[in-house]
Amino acid sequence: MHIPDGYLSPSTCATLYAGAIAGWYAALKQVRQVLLSRVVPMISVFAAFAFVVMMFNLPLPGGTTGHAIGVTISAIVLGPSGAILAISIALAIQALFFGDGGITTLGANCFNMAIVGSLVAYGSYRLISAGAGISSKRRIVAAAIAGYLAANASAFVAAIEFGVQPLWFHDAAGTPLYAPYPFHVALPAMMIGHLTFAGLAEALISAGLVAYLQVADPRLLQSTSGMAMSTEERAGAYLAASSPRRLWLGVALLMLLTPLGVLAIGKAWSEWSPAEFAAAGSRAQVAAAATMPTATSPAGMQRLTTLWTAPFPAYAPTFVRSATFGYLLSAMFGVGFLLALSLLAQRYLERRRTTRYFP
Amino acid sequence: MKRSGFIASTTVGFTRALSHALMSEEIARQRGLLQALDARVRVIGLFALVVAVTLSRRLAVVLALFVGAAILAVLSKVSLGTLAKRVWLVVLAFTGVIALPAMFVTPGDPIATFAGGLHITTQGLMTAALLIARVETAVTFTTVLILCTPWAHVLKALHSFRLPREVTTMLAMTHRYVFLLVETASQMFESRHSRTVGRLPRAEQRRMVARSAGVLLSKSIDLGNDVYLAMQARGFRGEVRILSDFSMKPRDYAGLLAFLCAGTLAIWMGR
Repeated sequence: MHIPDGYLSPSTCATLYAGAIAGWYAALKQVRQVLLSRVVPMISVFAAFAFVVMMFNLPLPGGTTGHAIGVTISAIVLGPSGAILAISIALAIQALFFGDGGITTLGANCFNMAIVGSLVAYGSYRLISAGAGISSKRRIVAAAIAGYLAANASAFVAAIEFGVQPLWFHDAAGTPLYAPYPFHVALPAMMIGHLTFAGLAEALISAGLVAYLQVADPRLLQSTSGMAMSTEERAGAYLAASSPRRLWLGVALLMLLTPLGVLAIGKAWSEWSPAEFAAAGSRAQVAAAATMPTATSPAGMQRLTTLWTAPFPAYAPTFVRSATFGYLLSAMFGVGFLLALSLLAQRYLERRRTTRYFP
Repeated sequence: MKRSGFIASTTVGFTRALSHALMSEEIARQRGLLQALDARVRVIGLFALVVAVTLSRRLAVVLALFVGAAILAVLSKVSLGTLAKRVWLVVLAFTGVIALPAMFVTPGDPIATFAGGLHITTQGLMTAALLIARVETAVTFTTVLILCTPWAHVLKALHSFRLPREVTTMLAMTHRYVFLLVETASQMFESRHSRTVGRLPRAEQRRMVARSAGVLLSKSIDLGNDVYLAMQARGFRGEVRILSDFSMKPRDYAGLLAFLCAGTLAIWMGR
């Protein structure tokens, strides 16, 4: 999954560097809130550990071998910020010292494996292991699933990056200038290997390591367990959780920025409606983006569009005339709906945990 | 009797990493063109050339840059045999496998037709050649930089580019830990290899790898704690000071100018 130089266009590399820098900045800011002299050696040894674990050949069912990334165990022990930094440092050393992975694509590799991988691993581990005791078998299963999902999510993002190259970057004769395969080839090519082997390697190593830590050093699983810690344990948990107030401010800012969507020119790729196939202007856009006949809308699309009618079609309730206000209202509704669901899930899990500890 | 191949192949991987580091230090100590330049010039210059390689849209320009990379390697005492064995053949095998089907599946003007309706298109041939040439050239530039620059100098150069000090510290510490852990893991695998008679069942092989990773994790964390205590004992409070004794000489400015001119020319000709 280490993308070498030359596979991605410079603009893709620049965009992914920007995404990675945002992730590094946020992670570094959070890490700086705690004792740096404690965090720096710990992240460094985890980076070195991830580097070495990537060299372990793990025998897999089917007679082949695979290797893990080490992102899941880093996210479980260090939390997402520590894992983002640790895996990024490991990838940087691989690129700058061993020439494994490109320099121009370092941002892309860090974005895919360190940022997307860490967030997916941490989120899924916390969700599945919510309420489970430190020595619970559920934590092992959670680590396995988190590892599998993290490796596949990273591969999926990389496949998207490969898939857009021939669509966006080709010369006048149609010669792809970078990775040559479109989505329908890049996606299965990347995902088959990861769904079967690479994801399994990360799952097995993560589960094995969590099972080992449950016996050898359970305190390391404490900081991201979501369970109450004593003052001493809290002091030992070197990566503090981020302030919820900042999270709320971030969500509010994103909601306020949603009307930017109405400034976009043209239609997002593959989000065409049957009506847009009928209009000549839209049809030209579709034809420029796809290699399919566009004289009429596809019959399957016509049939499926009647199955479900959205309450807010085109991101605006029917009674709202202003597109900007409609976008804002849709964002508020969407975010509110998701927050309500999340609060309900949290309350349910807390109640279950209280019942388990104090029946 | 067949031995556990995965243990041997993992150990070979560790040995290769260690030998790469030794070779890098050896080449970096020699007197060559790149070694004579300031580390910041080397990092900026070769990064500019890698960017030029990715921006160039013409095969001829990318191939010219490849020749330039090979000349730079020779002038910097990096043998072409080493490059061919460690870089060119490896990249050709990896990227070649990826690029080969593109010759057949890329839509365009057919230039050769085979049985079963398969045909090679001009566009397919060009995209495969461009991908292989671009990856070979970029990896050659990167490898030449890595082999001719000691890691401490790369870190100092990165530090002078205003990279946060915590990051350069983590890069430096990780680099040290990597070799320590590679050596530890290598010894663990070698001792296991020497004790293994016959072939382990695959489930046992997996358990063995997971347990080895667990032991290595414990050792890593103990090491992290020891280093933290050692740093505290020496009065470390999170402030990192890096001795920066770089000074630009006229030849460094000339080198920087040459790199930037070559990069700009390649981008202009390859647009």
